[in-house]
Amino acid sequence: MITVVDYKLNNLRSIENTLRRLGHEVKVTSDPGDVRLAQKLILPGVGAFRDAMQNLRDLGLAEPFVEKVKSGTPTLGICLGMHLIFTESEEFGLHQGLDLIPGRVKKLPEGLPVPHMGWNQLHLKRPDGLTRDVVPESFVYFVHSYYAQPEFEQVTLATTDYGLDFPAIVHFENIWATQFHPEKSQHVGERLLDNFARL
Amino acid sequence: MLAKRIIPCLDVKDGRVVKGTNFVNLRDAGDPIESGLRYSEEGADELVFLDITASSDRRNIVADMVRRVADSINIPFTVGGGLRSVADIEHILRAGADKVSINTSAIENPRLIQESAERFGSQCIVVAIDARREAEQKSSAKVFTHGGRVRTDLDAVEWAGRAAALGAGEILLTSMDADGTKAGYDLDLTSRISTSVKIPVIASGGAGTLEDLYLGLTKGAASAVLAASIFHFREVTIPQAKAYLRERGVLVR
Repeated sequence: MITVVDYKLNNLRSIENTLRRLGHEVKVTSDPGDVRLAQKLILPGVGAFRDAMQNLRDLGLAEPFVEKVKSGTPTLGICLGMHLIFTESEEFGLHQGLDLIPGRVKKLPEGLPVPHMGWNQLHLKRPDGLTRDVVPESFVYFVHSYYAQPEFEQVTLATTDYGLDFPAIVHFENIWATQFHPEKSQHVGERLLDNFARL
Repeated sequence: MLAKRIIPCLDVKDGRVVKGTNFVNLRDAGDPIESGLRYSEEGADELVFLDITASSDRRNIVADMVRRVADSINIPFTVGGGLRSVADIEHILRAGADKVSINTSAIENPRLIQESAERFGSQCIVVAIDARREAEQKSSAKVFTHGGRVRTDLDAVEWAGRAAALGAGEILLTSMDADGTKAGYDLDLTSRISTSVKIPVIASGGAGTLEDLYLGLTKGAASAVLAASIFHFREVTIPQAKAYLRERGVLVR
């Protein structure tokens, strides 16, 4: 069973249905009690960092989520969910994140159109369970204006080039996170979600 | 590197795909989910559903279709047609669309662009522009509303710039002169808009051959090309288009 944390900012049908189609049990929930019982967690998201943190706190989800992750529950952050897992974000002022991976969320550099939107390639840095059977340079779907910069470079599993090489996938202890949307990345995304479900 | 995108457009009426030329001789062409899935399996990068339902229950019919698409297709999709307010937009995004496209309502009320971009993020607000060149002044193109029936005094390049400044995340530019002709996109107008705004421009209207797609992405400097009839009538398939573009040095997925 995979528990998808719904902090009421997005529609989570795509992620729920993709996991179901792959044959996995899914629970989309805003109930802190469900988070406490989770075996595997997904923190999804599109939107603003500050609103998301606010909602996580207001719904009483932040604390049980952090506890569960710290107790070793395999966790996947997606897009804004990736950002929230980091220490802090520069999005519209400096805001505290969940601080589960040391690092900071920064704006993409000037020059190229922002948001970075569309299909871009993964440069895989090292093998990992999450990216098993993912072909190097595969295209995945991105929509974002900010990116997460981990304090320690070893955390980065894959990068993508858009004006700079930014982390597209990170892995730190029991936490994985993707800057792109696996639920919108067709077969490559399905492979990643299936790998996560089987980790 | 960011890939150039190929986007099939499906016209939808009462929850069914319709095919026709210039909105006449419409005939039923099946289930939007089946068609969408087929395109997605063939390698389409995104889908656009353009709704032309006239029924009073339109809002619910469209939302129901959007839910069914979101349940079965895992590439991004845009929904346009008849969205007039922030509440209309929210309804469609909540049903599972990744983006919405607004046209007439954005011209009548430009604040709709700003309000919806602030609320939902620029990335999900596409401003569609239907443009036609003036007979006496070929170099400039005017914006039309209401499915191309009503002429405005807005210059297409200026309106694109204003829409981008108000927070649009993308421009979907349809050349009404080229639309339906299969003589190629309006490359001059497309490139003038692509180079004057900092947001992606999708070229639409006029694609008839593989080379037209190539020219839209290169000479037209568009980030994506949209086409309806050439894909629907299988004159060109998406794998053929991708292979052709790749061979000519365009980065595609």
